[in-house]
Amino acid sequence: MKTFLKGGIHPPEYKITADSPIVRLPIPPELRIMLSQCIGAPSKAIVKPGDHVSAGQIIAEAGGFVGAPIHSPVNGTVKKIEPTRTAQGIWQDSIVIAPDEESVENAPDQIRSDQEVDNLSPEDVIAIVGEAGIVGLGGATFPTRVKLSVPKGKTATTVLINGAECEPCLTCDDALMRSEADKIAKGTLLIMKATGATEGYIGIEENKPRAIEAMKKASEAYSNLSVVTLKKKYPQGGEKQLIYAITGKTVPAGALPIETGCIVDNVATAFAIYEAVYTGRPSTERILTVTGPEVTNPGNYLVKNGTPLSFILEYAGGLPEDTGKVIAGGPMMGRAISTIEATATKGLSGLVVLPQSVALRKQEGPCIRCAKCVSVCPMGLEPYLMILQADMKMWDEMSQHGVMNCLECGCCSYACPSHRPILDMIKLGKQELRKKK
Amino acid sequence: MNKLTISLSPHIHSGDSINRRMWNVVIALLPALAVALWTFGLPALWVTLVSVGSCLLAEWLIARFLLHKPCTLSNGSALITGLLLAFNLPSILPLWMVAIGAIVAIGIGKMSFGGLGCNIWNPALVGRVFLLISFPAAMTTWPTGVSSAFNGFTGASTQSDADTGATLLTHLNSGDVSMADYNVLDMAIGQMNGSLGEVGAFAILIGLAYLLITRTITWHIPVSILASAALFSWAFGGNPVLDLLAGGLMLGAVFMATDYVTSPMTHSGQLLFGFMIGLITIIIRKYGAYPEGVSFAILLMNSFVPLINRYFRPAIFGEKERRQTA
Repeated sequence: MKTFLKGGIHPPEYKITADSPIVRLPIPPELRIMLSQCIGAPSKAIVKPGDHVSAGQIIAEAGGFVGAPIHSPVNGTVKKIEPTRTAQGIWQDSIVIAPDEESVENAPDQIRSDQEVDNLSPEDVIAIVGEAGIVGLGGATFPTRVKLSVPKGKTATTVLINGAECEPCLTCDDALMRSEADKIAKGTLLIMKATGATEGYIGIEENKPRAIEAMKKASEAYSNLSVVTLKKKYPQGGEKQLIYAITGKTVPAGALPIETGCIVDNVATAFAIYEAVYTGRPSTERILTVTGPEVTNPGNYLVKNGTPLSFILEYAGGLPEDTGKVIAGGPMMGRAISTIEATATKGLSGLVVLPQSVALRKQEGPCIRCAKCVSVCPMGLEPYLMILQADMKMWDEMSQHGVMNCLECGCCSYACPSHRPILDMIKLGKQELRKKK
Repeated sequence: MNKLTISLSPHIHSGDSINRRMWNVVIALLPALAVALWTFGLPALWVTLVSVGSCLLAEWLIARFLLHKPCTLSNGSALITGLLLAFNLPSILPLWMVAIGAIVAIGIGKMSFGGLGCNIWNPALVGRVFLLISFPAAMTTWPTGVSSAFNGFTGASTQSDADTGATLLTHLNSGDVSMADYNVLDMAIGQMNGSLGEVGAFAILIGLAYLLITRTITWHIPVSILASAALFSWAFGGNPVLDLLAGGLMLGAVFMATDYVTSPMTHSGQLLFGFMIGLITIIIRKYGAYPEGVSFAILLMNSFVPLINRYFRPAIFGEKERRQTA
């Protein structure tokens, strides 16, 4: 079975929502739509308080080349434009919308037939994706329009759709593949069309047999599309790991996947592209997994952009009594959030609620040089050395040892028998090095 | 509502711990300890108890009164040092010497560098070599009449004794067992003379299997040491089987050289480390002034570990491709 070259770990899956269907969450009484939802520049609001907006209407335009517009998920009235705290506790601008009472559906206004889609040029597809405000939904939130625009001098040959979902706990991609396999396949073909790639692969970890089956069935009709079953090993869904596992190609250190002719997108992104092109729906909602050992109604929820996290958690049965930590994303790479008054953004793939008992780290001990971190690092780095270098502020030495190759998968910290904060210090080093540039 | 804990990712942990690993090593040492007690009887027990006790006490005192650090006895590393030191001593060594060895092992071998994780040399071997140099006579005096099949075979006389064989012959009763078979079998199950822990090759291999199954260590260091020692024993005209079973080679390869702190970080580095230990051991045995060379070989290679780590680094994924494209 295909997998990546070196390192990796086998954390427990904790995928208790693997069988849960996708459930549409009701519309909350108030949506707070953050203006900064992608990795690039924050979007600029183009509506004023008091304006009436309809579902799918652009309410904020892209803030720069690397940026994406934001659309209203509902029909409603703009109440305020004011700062809201993000999940990380930082105040950032947001558009507050009060939904109309009767308007609940995200109106599909324009529908293209297969024939019409066939007639679209690659540029058309990229333009539609850009207008729909689609960003990488795996969590990186890189504007998809930019990713699909292959730089001059490079050629895309292969599109890889990431359905590995190697993070423990999360099942939103699994749920999506099980229920919308056809649309994901068509979305993949659209990515291939936009980039000029000739082959497409959907990589799925072996622990999702029904998703594999569904995607295989959906891609049967297309000779240039195939499903690849991947070994269950974290971080199988890492961009460079996935490229190696599926194509056997190695992305040069410091380079982008396009160097190997590969474009990697998440299944949710492929689905969003289908939606934008075929039904004209912009990116205003997504599926996220709400889970945790003590959550009453864990599940895969379809959530409107701007829905307060407290509203989502309430729907899932409320925060359990001894909640110690809530993670936006998966437990390996997700971020612990400081307030559930924050709202859902495009990049939010899950809410993992951990009890007190696992929220706190154990006391760290000395490094015993067991070399576990070296053997689990999928990038071939020396984490044990980097934490010492960071301790002594040896940023240049960290750089020489290739710290910028770190994908922050967390295998080192996960595996360290001494509970050393290895990744924390590596992140610090990367931050210092970025500052120096 | 409770306050939410904020921390950087990852938010889960494998559950692995230093304590678990150290206790795995202790468990792996038990078969060899049992063989030592069976072969040498009560004196072996006293040596072990004094060694372990002195190590624990030394570590506690130093941590408490000199370093002002919290007590670290529960992680089991001092216990391992104590056991390993005892395994490297003759069973009839005066107990006060055992205590001195333990204090040197912990005090100089480990705590003077800052405690667990900071030492350059294997603490137990520092203690053993200190005793060997300070009390050479006592350290090479073995009990007589240890076992029924006692063949006078000691770690101190690997080749010559095998050649003499006179003592062994008197014990050869049945004609269908060849001398070599009998010899090897005896050595494998611990019916020979030597330091406490080095006599039972079979028990040490059980320990090795346990360490490998629990993934406490990887195969690279023990296998490379044994393979390299066998190779050079053969190349220098010795008997590889005898060289592997005699003296402390097995004990050193499985328990001493695999010490995390004092061994290289990458598998390639570990293979070189093991290869060199095997080579140096055989050279010392064959040409050195001391009959046994495992301790010196390991300590020597311990000193090279920082250098090995510098040159045997893992390959950064994509680095080769970067050079090719650049």
